[in-house]
Amino acid sequence: MKSLIRIRAIVGKELIQLKRDRMTFGMIVMIPLIQLLLFGYAINTNIRHIPAGIVDYSNTGLSRILIQTISATRVVKFSTRYSDVQQAQKGLASGEVRAVLIIPSDVSQRLVRHPAVGFGSPPSTDEETSRPVAQWLVDGSDTVIAAGIKSLRSMPLVELLNIPPNRNTPTFEVTLLYNPEQRTAVNIVPGLVAIILTMTMIMFTSAAIVRERERGNMEMLITTPVRPIELMVGKIIPYIFIGAIQVSIILGLGHLLFKVPINGSLLQLAGATFLFITASLTLGLVISTIAKNQLQSMQMTIFVLLPSILLSGFMFPYEGMPEIAQYIAEALPATHFMRLIRGVVLREVEIIDMTFDVTWLTLFTLVGLMIASLRFKKRLD
Amino acid sequence: MTDTVIKAENLSRHFGDVKAIQNLDLEVNKGLIYGFLGPNGSGKTTAIRMLTGLLIPSSGKVEVLGYTLPKDADKLRLRIGYMTQKFSLYDDLTVQENLQFIARIYSLPTRQQKKRIEELLSIYGLENKRDQLAGSMSGGQRQRLSLSAATLHKPELLFLDEPTSAVDPENRRDFWEQLFDLSDQGTSILVSTHYMDEAERCHKLAILETGIKRADGSPDELMNNMGAQVVEIASSSLRRLKQQLIALPEVISAAQLGARLRVLVKDSITDPVSFLSQQASINADDQLTQVRPSLEDVFVTSTGASRQ
Repeated sequence: MKSLIRIRAIVGKELIQLKRDRMTFGMIVMIPLIQLLLFGYAINTNIRHIPAGIVDYSNTGLSRILIQTISATRVVKFSTRYSDVQQAQKGLASGEVRAVLIIPSDVSQRLVRHPAVGFGSPPSTDEETSRPVAQWLVDGSDTVIAAGIKSLRSMPLVELLNIPPNRNTPTFEVTLLYNPEQRTAVNIVPGLVAIILTMTMIMFTSAAIVRERERGNMEMLITTPVRPIELMVGKIIPYIFIGAIQVSIILGLGHLLFKVPINGSLLQLAGATFLFITASLTLGLVISTIAKNQLQSMQMTIFVLLPSILLSGFMFPYEGMPEIAQYIAEALPATHFMRLIRGVVLREVEIIDMTFDVTWLTLFTLVGLMIASLRFKKRLD
Repeated sequence: MTDTVIKAENLSRHFGDVKAIQNLDLEVNKGLIYGFLGPNGSGKTTAIRMLTGLLIPSSGKVEVLGYTLPKDADKLRLRIGYMTQKFSLYDDLTVQENLQFIARIYSLPTRQQKKRIEELLSIYGLENKRDQLAGSMSGGQRQRLSLSAATLHKPELLFLDEPTSAVDPENRRDFWEQLFDLSDQGTSILVSTHYMDEAERCHKLAILETGIKRADGSPDELMNNMGAQVVEIASSSLRRLKQQLIALPEVISAAQLGARLRVLVKDSITDPVSFLSQQASINADDQLTQVRPSLEDVFVTSTGASRQ
């Protein structure tokens, strides 16, 4: 009973301080708002408009049509013409263009012999007949851009030849569930919830306790009857609400602006979010018991934040990482929440069916709370 | 339980190689104002932190209000008040909010909370400051707020760590009036200071230097037993005289006070005035008078040994 009174006292005090700290209060709303707008529009894994150059040794009607056909795919945007390959390579090196299309002088002969024209597939060993129509020189350092150009490798040339498309039967039929239009925002927006919560929740709690120590309030607090666990819980509660506000902003706006569907039930969503917020908050508490000042707590927050962005599956698929990286990723709460929230929001799963992630987040919170309370001594030495 | 509120035996605390407190014995009786007098870095704060259970002693025994520390620190906390050297309430909370927070932390019943806060605001003259942010108040006001927060739960024993270091002389006098009021109501108080005039107000005090207790007792006892006598010399060439007198083995120290030189002479000299008059450096027209020792003289004699 007295314990509850003390927790309420700390929550009340925390809320008053938060209310007076306009800047922090503003950041609570502005961080998710601006980052959502920024990333929602900016992050796009579909490659468009790669700046490209041309070296056209043939300079015929055919080569011009070929260029137009490629431009029509909008994967590349031809910006510069080079007179020879040496110049083109300089352009690549300077970063003026990311790829160069080299059209040989015998492009029409090559095209006529090309299998797509319809004289049947020649044996690939035959050098005369299996030669490609033209060549791309690509700045391959960025694998995403390289993949974009590679996707052009076997583009159909039907428009070029004005013949009906030679419809091959595909080996597989692919049905895209949950995001049939392949819009990046659908995947990014729920992931953004995990990233922004990781950042704000860990930072706020770790700074909140370290600040008390820096300003000397801790010396007073520890001479009062307040228990470490009461202090910890009292510090966490206000931020649970703040986390909830941030999630509502991100998913609400994501739904309005980027048409991200919210397929699962709101209750499931609230459950998953609660698990993750408490896990992040306790991580912040643990940091606060290690850090001596606010700068250190900030550094440790970023130490957790970066892998949460890069390894959690937010940027790159979890499955594509090497095994060791996967183990590291499993340790981060963000990875588990990334699965949960994408599952609930996009695939309508019940979180109870994702036992592993739910258990892991719960255990993380309990163990974290225990470590923080044990490490937090009511002493100065 | 006897009338002893604090009892420490052979208390020591090291920080690495630094010996902050060495073999401190202490006995503080109920209802008294007990002072720790010492320069900065003499271990006053460390001693207070050990007596409140905030620091674990490296060795030695502490018993406060009958509780053995550090074992019973949690129980002790309900019955002591502690005012830190640095202002440790919340700058971004108002006076009233700060006091409310403390009242809730000590789980005072709601009705009693209001009454007690009003009472404290009126005792410490903070009624019209109640809605002011603590961070925007003057040193004296903040100090009164700290004291009201430390006494909100009516502790039996109050620890004050250099409470007047950020306060002007007038506020200091008022503050001591308030301490005597508290003491009169039965609160035992332990206060640390580096001001002689404040130390002189204490019922009893201990002089600390580099972590070692050099002397203790009531101010009068200390002055009577300090083992030296004080002579004031009025002369025209004090700077030169000081250098010459201080070289004598019988002279403990000589300090200039305006137009006079205050000389401490060892007790082994029965008549210090005639002893000094016989010195070659004293002129015939110099006036020598034996005066009553002050606490500062006690401080100089008891701490001088380690400085030489």
